[in-house]
Amino acid sequence: MLHLSLVVASTRPTWPDILVFAASAAVIVVGALGVVTSRHPVHAALSLVMTLFGVAVLFIEQDADFLAAVQIIVYAGAIVVLFLFVIMFLGVDRREDVEVEPLGGQRPLAFVMLAITLAGVIAMLATAHWVTGAHQVVGPIQGPITKSAGAPSGEVAQLGKQLFTTYLFAFEATAALLVIAVVGAVVLARRPGLSEKADRAEQAERAERSGQGVAS
Amino acid sequence: MSLSAGWYLGLAALVFSIGAIGLLVRRNVLIMFMCIELMLNAANLTFVTFARVLNDIGGQAIVFFVLVVAAAEVVVGLGIVVTNFRRRSTTVADDLHSLKG
Repeated sequence: MLHLSLVVASTRPTWPDILVFAASAAVIVVGALGVVTSRHPVHAALSLVMTLFGVAVLFIEQDADFLAAVQIIVYAGAIVVLFLFVIMFLGVDRREDVEVEPLGGQRPLAFVMLAITLAGVIAMLATAHWVTGAHQVVGPIQGPITKSAGAPSGEVAQLGKQLFTTYLFAFEATAALLVIAVVGAVVLARRPGLSEKADRAEQAERAERSGQGVAS
Repeated sequence: MSLSAGWYLGLAALVFSIGAIGLLVRRNVLIMFMCIELMLNAANLTFVTFARVLNDIGGQAIVFFVLVVAAAEVVVGLGIVVTNFRRRSTTVADDLHSLKG
């Protein structure tokens, strides 16, 4: 039924779609500006959560339900919590002086360059016929994953099928990447010299004990 | 039916620009990392938009991998920030100039 209605539906957006897009676009832009302008790192992290929620809403609006859930769980639930943890851990939750400009002229140059980039992208979107490329190269978003009757359908099933067939090698590589990242984080966060000091203390203690043994 | 792809791509370009401006302008390493996350999210929004327009699940699969790589990047990056803070007790990028000639 859902696929049928998608095909039959007119290409004109309905007003709920426009409302959802406008609301989440406002949330996204306000959150992004909050990340850039807030002096307090904790406020910046909370603005980042706002932007991530808005992007998740737009994912749902574009038939990416699984990615919206992953966006909330991984980004808002894990990455931002990690940011907040590091901010609290380092105790850098004090205000930063954003008025000081160490490199002269860097700030205006940054704005000019980004304005040119943004204007170029928007001009390209407005004038050129930019949607190129072949349709359904990997697979359709909706639809059953096999031809047999009763096969699971929908974008979650399609995404799962593609992740474990077409992108299997990349999927395994991400597992290796995560393991490497965990090991790297442990190595970086470990206090340097602590284990050596502990080793030396242990050795000294052992030497003392053996010395006592020899003496007695 | 959702809005046409141009709206989504324009929004993604705007968010990417805001993130890039923040990366260039801000001095706190943690906030620079958050700006990188903004830029990654803008790219993700573009991928999902093209996945819908071209009716291709590949765009969504790429977003999945971008999420994983972003998580790994944040873990290692924040580990470096913590290590640097122990040594220099600062998270301001301008104070880390020991390689300056």
